[in-house]
Amino acid sequence: MNRDMIVEAHGLNHWFGTGEARKQALFNINLALPRGSLTVLMGPSGSGKTTVLTLLGCLRAVQDGSVQLMGQELCGATEAELTALRWRLGFIFQSHNLHESLTALQNVMMGVQVRTGVKDDLTRRAAARALSLVGLSDRVDYLSANLSGGQKQRVAVARALVGNPAMVLADEPTAALDKDSAAEVVDLLKRLGAERGTTTLLVTHDNRILDRADRILTLEDGRIVASKVSTGDDLDETLE
Amino acid sequence: MSRLLQWVFGRLPIGWLQLTHKRGGFIAALSGVAFANVLVFVQLGIMNSMATATLRPYDFFLADIMISAADANALAEGGNVARQWMLQSFADSDVIAGMGLFVGNAPWDRGDKDITFTTFGVDPGQPGFLAPDIAGDAVLLQVQDVAILDRLARGLSREDAAAIRPQTPLSFETQGRTLTALDTFAGGGGFGGDGYMLVSDQTFLSLFASRTSGAPDHILLRLRSGADVAVVTERLRGLISDDKIRIRSFAEAAQEDLRYQQTQRPTGVIFGFGVLIGVLVGLVIVYQVLSADVADHLREYATFKAMGYGPWFFLSIVVEEALVLGILGFLPGLAVGTGILTLMGKVTTLPLAMTPGMAVIVFAGTVIFSVLSGVIATRRLAAADPADLF
Repeated sequence: MNRDMIVEAHGLNHWFGTGEARKQALFNINLALPRGSLTVLMGPSGSGKTTVLTLLGCLRAVQDGSVQLMGQELCGATEAELTALRWRLGFIFQSHNLHESLTALQNVMMGVQVRTGVKDDLTRRAAARALSLVGLSDRVDYLSANLSGGQKQRVAVARALVGNPAMVLADEPTAALDKDSAAEVVDLLKRLGAERGTTTLLVTHDNRILDRADRILTLEDGRIVASKVSTGDDLDETLE
Repeated sequence: MSRLLQWVFGRLPIGWLQLTHKRGGFIAALSGVAFANVLVFVQLGIMNSMATATLRPYDFFLADIMISAADANALAEGGNVARQWMLQSFADSDVIAGMGLFVGNAPWDRGDKDITFTTFGVDPGQPGFLAPDIAGDAVLLQVQDVAILDRLARGLSREDAAAIRPQTPLSFETQGRTLTALDTFAGGGGFGGDGYMLVSDQTFLSLFASRTSGAPDHILLRLRSGADVAVVTERLRGLISDDKIRIRSFAEAAQEDLRYQQTQRPTGVIFGFGVLIGVLVGLVIVYQVLSADVADHLREYATFKAMGYGPWFFLSIVVEEALVLGILGFLPGLAVGTGILTLMGKVTTLPLAMTPGMAVIVFAGTVIFSVLSGVIATRRLAAADPADLF
């Protein structure tokens, strides 16, 4: 595996269902994500974007092909190995999935407590820093019900970033945000890529953020049909 | 509470925060657990009371061995036993005294309300068979138609009972005869009668014309000091070869009576089921609360799963919730249960009261069954698939 790549997938196929109902969702996917890059995955509904995200995020077992994540082969990995790998990933969901009975600070603490366990002071400080990073220093003790949609999403971003993950997988993270907030979130992810080497794989339909991507992959019917790499101001079209 | 749970579980007290987030639901859940606790407390209280009431009359007597009819499962039940077996038991050198014990129910018609006394006919010439606090009155019983009354009897006012003294006796009618109560003792209302009365065997035979002196209900035996009760009992079984009688130690007879009341008599079985139903109600309530809570938070749990939290983490959240419900639900249950038992005890004069043992048992049971419910409820967590979040 190329050490500059955090993820490399070769000949990745995936099916859902069994027997007569078995349907192939991904066909011979090959991709490589460089460390610190921000990759946007686009495509119509049902094209397989989410399946790719869940496979690279160790949320589903790889059935066929090879996926190397941080040097570890996911095909044939045990549930415990996949769980351990997820500790090094950050997830941002479209519907933020904040815990309603926890404050913003406590929600973010959950993102790091899985790794550091009982060290309350450390997790508290790290969570406060992460909230500060997303501009919510003044909302740490707010319950999620008392936050706006954009603020909730920023808390979810802070939760994904607080553990300093190697890779962030995000599903429509800007869908509920206005243009400025969306730009802020993507800029933040991009900045972390440059500063910490955090890789971001982002599924979106939001054309407002395409210009910030290092690479854009387009999926259709389970196949990568376009791959554009940024060369500064423009994106060069390639096909892997 | 939040800090305590954080210290106990070494993480954010998510269970506590989840439960208390919706105050109304939390209070309703605690009320449910408290209600189940009250159910169990009341049923246990009645069962304990039955045990105390069953064993109470055995405290009136001092004996080592009791000979009863084969069908005499309780002190006041079963057939008679021939006095000749008492005489035959004297053949054993370790038996130093014997007394026929007569038992019957005598109603005292007080006009608006009868008091039924479980009446014991004893030999006043043998005070050694009576408990020390009663033995002093044996001499009074030597006079025909004299009785010693239970001052705790249901229906007998404490003032009336306190006034009964040899100098100020109380005469009353029962079984068509006039008895004179010269003193009282502390008995207590039971499930079979309102209280107890002690009379001489001769007075007893006057009250119950169909009974004869040769056939008491039980024979009590006292042994030489240092004699082995079990060995002598076994010897007597060999000596008295009548399969229509039972020869047991006095302590064994009391315990058999208790077992019989608890497992064979309808009241004991009903109260036993009452305890079981209370436990099941509590189990179902806690399960429903926790199960609904898990279902309400499936997306959050799935998010935690995606973040790498394992099954023990989720189990610990549900166990934390179960402990909170169990412990906080127990406290009002204990308070209300104590109040109800005290009230019932006053109304019925049964020995109904909250005991430390009951409180400890119910607390332990509540915590164990709450945690058990929580463990069952975690099965729903299997539905929390983080892959479905995207």
